Order: sequence, then structure tokens, then C-alpha cells
Amino acid sequence: MTAPMVELRGVHKSFGPLAVLRGIDLSVAPGEVTVLLGPSGSGKSTLLRTINHLEKVDRGVVRVDGELIGYRRSGNRLHELPERLVLRQRSRIGFVFQSFNLFGHLTVLENIVEAPISAQGRDRATVVAEAHALLERVGLADKADEYPRRLSGGQQQRVAIARALALRPALLLFDEPTSALDPELVGEVLDVMRDLAGSGTTMIVVTHEIGFAREAADTVVFLDEGRIVEQGPPDQVLDAPREVRTRAFLSAVRH
Amino acid sequence: MTSTAVETRSTAHDPPESDLADLVITPARHPWRWAATAVVAVLVAMAVNALVTNPAWDWPTVGQYLFAPSILRAVWLTVVLTVLGIVIGFLLGTVLAVMRLSPNPLLRSVSWSYIWIFRSVPLILQLLFWYNLALLYRSLSFGIPFGPAFFEFETMDLVSPLTAAVLGLALHQAAYAAEVVRAGFLGVDQGQLEAAAALGLPRWRRFRRIQLPQAMRTIVPTAANELIGLVKGTSVVYIMALSELFYQVQVIYTRTGRVIPMLLVATAWYLALTTVLSVGQFYVERHYAKGALRTLPPTPLQKLRAAVRRAS
Repeated sequence: MTAPMVELRGVHKSFGPLAVLRGIDLSVAPGEVTVLLGPSGSGKSTLLRTINHLEKVDRGVVRVDGELIGYRRSGNRLHELPERLVLRQRSRIGFVFQSFNLFGHLTVLENIVEAPISAQGRDRATVVAEAHALLERVGLADKADEYPRRLSGGQQQRVAIARALALRPALLLFDEPTSALDPELVGEVLDVMRDLAGSGTTMIVVTHEIGFAREAADTVVFLDEGRIVEQGPPDQVLDAPREVRTRAFLSAVRH
Repeated sequence: MTSTAVETRSTAHDPPESDLADLVITPARHPWRWAATAVVAVLVAMAVNALVTNPAWDWPTVGQYLFAPSILRAVWLTVVLTVLGIVIGFLLGTVLAVMRLSPNPLLRSVSWSYIWIFRSVPLILQLLFWYNLALLYRSLSFGIPFGPAFFEFETMDLVSPLTAAVLGLALHQAAYAAEVVRAGFLGVDQGQLEAAAALGLPRWRRFRRIQLPQAMRTIVPTAANELIGLVKGTSVVYIMALSELFYQVQVIYTRTGRVIPMLLVATAWYLALTTVLSVGQFYVERHYAKGALRTLPPTPLQKLRAAVRRAS
């Protein structure tokens, strides 16, 4: 068995009195696609955000590619890393937001090349060439010089995926990437994600798209009330769920 | 009610359905606009008449002094005071705004206290304090706090009236600028910062490349307001006998007794200065609207060209 790409051990997180994550243990192998399912408020977005340290955990550890995220261990203690090092860890993890969060004052191309140049210090000419190739890959080769506001939601999200890929990330995180889209635009984004899943990128996806989970996921994880209720291959979790809560959730999203 | 109902319903006189696509669309007419334009035109004519025909305005004297060397020097000093005041004010103001938004409680309270003091004391009092600094502290020294000094200056030499004026204007302006800049930063969508953080952009880069340009959309109109306020606000320094525009016209009219024409000279110059700034504001706003608007508003030049094209 190979070392996991992502490993969470006993992760707890509260917002004030509200315990959002209550002891999460999760392991994702390299090249695997993991889909997180669960009712709203179950903690799936928070879980995703702890993986690139957008949320600090209260207890437990997160490791990506063997490296502790956000902390340095010495003996029995975890010391918070300086921001500079956290940023360096983040620049190896791509994150795609529900609301795209493209930089509105920059063109599509500038959005994509910004982080590789200024966070990773790579050469501009190479990065620009790569950016054009990425736009080609997400089917937007002709939109390089447009401003995000002039694109449809589906196009914006595909640019956001290209922006995340430009970092050459070891891991891609998707936080409900199709939830802000009109129904007819969902397909184009899922197509790009399916293509990525097929190419062996490690992905963790929070979504309500059961169809995507069934086709593309290696593992489906069902969360409820801050705990992992059930996990396994899609045909097991989606078609023959063992837990009552999983069954209730699945019948609610299907109808 | 019944009449509109009849009008909107098809009648026997309407063309058949197949021709509906060929109907010509006529824009709505605005007869009241023409009436209002006529009224305004008459009022403007009356105002111009009152200004031109009344000899008390003394236009020949206005013309004589408008470009007099002493007035031009005074205008230049006004411009210098404004530029120094706004540049130093906004640089310091931006630092204060960043401090005020920082997670560090010490920086936050220093910034808060600065803004509190410098907004609370009237500008004219602040100017007088700086002007009279030499009375409070004979000399200023640079060295180890509470210990020996490396350099020592006579306050009188260091703080000339001009320095006092620039200090007073800039430090006062900084307190207002800080709030203008802070409002701009608060207006930037939280998602933008999250995306920048998730991409691992370094802090300074995040500030320069992501936050500031988007904050400028909100900052520019208010900053332009502040700038135009400061052009006229510089007239306060006349109490320090600095020969900026307002002081200079007073000097001239106390000598010649021609009060009204000299006030007109000052008015004309303040108008000219703010006009230049307003035009500049339009272009700066347009620059920062890139990406925020689907299409940028046309410049006056583009509008003119379009009008000429329509007419020909």
C-alpha cells in the first residue's frame, strides 16, 4: 500500500459553541478521486477547507503528501507555521470555490498566471504558454483576454479550474463547484472534472452531483453532524448504503 | 382606463399578424424636456446678463490681475500645498488604514487614536500648533529615547511656516484618508481574499495586486472629493501669512480697495484647478472600472466623435 496523499487524524473544529467537525479520520491515496457527500451543515466544506489550512483545526492533524499542514512538530508539540510557509504549502494544493472567486479586475489569462509567477516564482513566458494550453484543455482557448464578468458561470468555473491547475498541484480540492451554476451549465464543468479524474489527479470533491460521484469517484464519503458516517466505493455507498442516515440523505437528493 | 384597453387591443386598422415584424419602433417623445431646457436657458441668460452688465464686478480689473505674476506664484503655492498635502496624507492614510485592519491590537489602537485626535481638532488649530512649535519645544533632537542626543536642531530653523503648513495639512488629511482607504478595503469581496490566500499569493502581492486595485473603485470618488476639498482647504493657511492664492488676493485688495474683482480672480483660479481635477477623476475612475463593468463608459472625446458620425 502506497503512502496516502491526504491524511486526516482526529480532526476537530468548532465555530464558537458549534462543533462542526468532531473527530475526522480520512485517508486518500494518490490519484484517487474522493467525493464528500452529506446534508448541508454536515461539515463537508469545513473539512475541505482544513486541508489547505483556510480553516485552522482545533485538534488533530492534516497531512498532505506526508507533510503536516499549517504546523511543525517538535516532540509532543505542534508549532504554528509562519504565514510564508503556509502559503508555500497552499500553492501546491489547488482549490476551486463554489462562487468561482476569479479576480474581476484581471483578464482570464492574468488570473491564471498570477499565482505561478508570484507565489511559485516561475518564469513568465513558460507560465503563459502553459496557461494557454490549460485554457485549451478546459475549452476556452479564445477567452484568454476576456474579463471574468463577460463569461457565463460555467465558463468562469472552468477558468477557476484552469487557475488551480496552473499551480501544478499535487492535490485538487473542489468546494461544491457546480452549486452556483444554472442547470444547463453544470454539465460542461463536470466534463472537465471527469477528464481530470481520468488523468490520475488526486481530487477531493464536495458535491451534490450523485451522478458524478457514481462515474468518477473511487471512494464516496458520507458525512453527517461532523462525523464520517460511511465510506466506500460508490456502488456500495450509493446503491447499498448500510447506514440509515445515508439512505435517508440519498433518497432526499434523488427525489 | 377603457381607452388604453381599446388602444392596446388589435383593431381592424392594424396590419395582419404576418407584418408585425416589420413595424417601425419610434423612441418615446419627451416634450417636457424641451420645456425645461427653455426655462433653464432663460435663467442662464439672465445670470450671465447680471454678471456682465453690472459694473460693480469690475471685469477689467479681474482681467488685469488674473495672470499677474504675484497671483501666478500664489496659485503655484496653492498647487504645491495641495499636492504635498494629498500625497503625504494618502500615503500615511493608507498605512493607518492597513494598521487599523491589522490583526495586531497594538497597531489597531495606535491607528484608532491617531484618527481620533487628528479628526477631532480643527485644522486651523492644528496649523497654529505646528506654526508655534518653536514656542513649545525650543529644539528638537535625534538620539536615544530619554538618553543622549546625536543631532539637535533649532525648531525655528526646522519648521518654517511652509513646513508647518504642509505638516498640518498632510497630518490632518491622513486621518480622513485612512478612513477613505479603509472603507475601500472593506468593500472588497471576502471571496477575493480567500482565493488569493488559497493560491498562496504572498501578503504584499495580495495587497498590491488583488485588494488595492479593487478597493480603488470605491476609494477614487471619495479621494477626489478630499482632493478638491483640500485645494480650497489650503486657503486656511493664510493665517500663517503664506502667500497662497487666498492670502495673495487679500494682500492686493487691502492695497487697492478692489475687493470684489480680486475675489473673482481667486474664484476663477479655484474653479480652474478643480475642473482639471474633476476631468482627471473621470479618467482614473474609468481605469479602475476595468473588469467591473461589462462595457466602459465612453470618454467625452468618444461621445463627440459618435455624435459627429451620427450627424453626418
